[in-house]
Amino acid sequence: MTITLEKQGHVEIRDVSKSYNGVEVLSGVSLTLEPGEVVTILGPSGSGKSTLLRTINHLETVDGGWVAIDGELIGYEHRHGKLYELKERKVLRRRTQVGMVFQSFNLFPHLTAIENIVEAPIALKRLNRADARELALGLLEKVGLADKADSYPRQLSGGQQQRVAIARALALQPKVLLFDEPTSALDPELVGEVLDVIRELAGLGTTLVIVTHEIGFAREVSDRVVFIDRGVVLEQGSPAEVLGAPQHPRTREFLATVL
Amino acid sequence: MTQIDAKRGLDTVAERPTRPAGAVDFGALPVVRSKHWVRWILGALVVFVVAQLVWTLFTNAGYGWPTVAKYFFSDAILRGLGMTLTLTVVAGAIGFAIGSLLALMRLSKSPLLNAFAWSFIWFFRSVPLLVQILVWFNLGYLYPTIGLGIPFTTDYFVEAQTVTLVSAFAAAVLGLSLNQAAYSAEIIRGGILSVDAGQLEAAAALGIPQARRITRIILPQAARSIIPNAFNEIIGLLKGTSIISVIALAELFYVSQVIYNRNQQVIPLLLVAVLWYMILTTVLSIAQFYVERYYSRGSARVLPPTPIQRAKAWISVQWNRLEDEPSKKAEASA
Repeated sequence: MTITLEKQGHVEIRDVSKSYNGVEVLSGVSLTLEPGEVVTILGPSGSGKSTLLRTINHLETVDGGWVAIDGELIGYEHRHGKLYELKERKVLRRRTQVGMVFQSFNLFPHLTAIENIVEAPIALKRLNRADARELALGLLEKVGLADKADSYPRQLSGGQQQRVAIARALALQPKVLLFDEPTSALDPELVGEVLDVIRELAGLGTTLVIVTHEIGFAREVSDRVVFIDRGVVLEQGSPAEVLGAPQHPRTREFLATVL
Repeated sequence: MTQIDAKRGLDTVAERPTRPAGAVDFGALPVVRSKHWVRWILGALVVFVVAQLVWTLFTNAGYGWPTVAKYFFSDAILRGLGMTLTLTVVAGAIGFAIGSLLALMRLSKSPLLNAFAWSFIWFFRSVPLLVQILVWFNLGYLYPTIGLGIPFTTDYFVEAQTVTLVSAFAAAVLGLSLNQAAYSAEIIRGGILSVDAGQLEAAAALGIPQARRITRIILPQAARSIIPNAFNEIIGLLKGTSIISVIALAELFYVSQVIYNRNQQVIPLLLVAVLWYMILTTVLSIAQFYVERYYSRGSARVLPPTPIQRAKAWISVQWNRLEDEPSKKAEASA
């Protein structure tokens, strides 16, 4: 079966700020992502890039500002000039528009690869078991793991686990896919197979937001690179601009250390 | 041992390659295993002590095995056994159900629910079980009647005598299950805490509803650390039901007491009770092995073999050895 990804996923991040115990992690970040765009977020560790990513699917609540996907606020509802906090059920429904791939895969270890993938579509009553399995097999084939459907995560290599995690995130056909350092927990020789899968997703219509340290990969797949430090967007533009001719001294400093 | 060493020497003599004089081929030398003298002496001591004890089991008439056999399947004992099992199952089920709720309350973001659950656990762990059961049994002294009515008044719509409402059985179930709830709450909470936070996050990111997140993602993983402790608790509860004898409820231990008070065969009747407790504990221990094995799927690359599988493997190894032995001997002599 073919996997159709809708040409949607306009993400509006406006004046988002967030503090942990008085330490500001994000201070007034604004960012607009066009539908189908591939955006890489770069920045030193502790710069707030992961936190920013997690505000997009409301895993992290914001202290100020807002995030909207295709005009729908994340976590809140706009009625009569007020913002109402959404009930859990509605948060979940909006969240399914956003898929997420974690640094440490977070596959469910007690479920096989295919059970990991069918869990959400079945839980949300989107598909019956047979259709969900068919979809899952298609997705596993797409990430090159059709033969591993009945393996448990422990029986897979890190690269294979992350590919299953990507298939799991795709099962809900999200408009936006978030990658939180998807290759940082992998042995060097396994990085390539995961990047190959992400590369294939670029240009299929889903908006991809990737937090990564793989500068070469960012240069190759991104439509836009965003450099963030101490909770502020310092610079953004095409890979050639930001990576080739960085304007801000901190960007130059960062690139010098990672390249 | 020496035979094998000798054979090893023989086997390898034939394969030994020609070497320059003076050089030693270590790979061809027989290995002499080190001897563990202390281990052997202590082992012999243990065997002696056990043998001595077993011998007294058969020779000491005080055990009264004929009496044990006479009462083991007697109606009174079996009825008592039934009561013990009923109490264990009912109090265990209620205890773990309330315990799960308390565990979730303890983990909830509501400070009120959290404080309530904490206080419940604190209270029921503080008061000795024996005292709890006596209080429930004598609740009538404290609240002579129990009824439904207007809150904080004594205007009742329905009212009943506490003594008729809280029978000995009800007091036993109340005492055992509330006490069990307090302990199992902590075990379940510990199990849930042992699950990596990333699991909950991944489930939330996938939009899986909260209830299903708990039942399908968290609890099956928490079960791995809950199960061993839970079986400890159930076995403890099974034997703990003997405490109910203080309110004269006819469970296994009380029944054997009644019988030996009548016929003075104290030890044989205690043995009857003990043997039944041992049988039930054995059954629970076997069940534990299989339940643990079920929940360990995914955590080990290969599941550990069951005792039956292990026995089969051992037999087939021994069988192959028997079949190989004569042919090897033939080779060696040739």
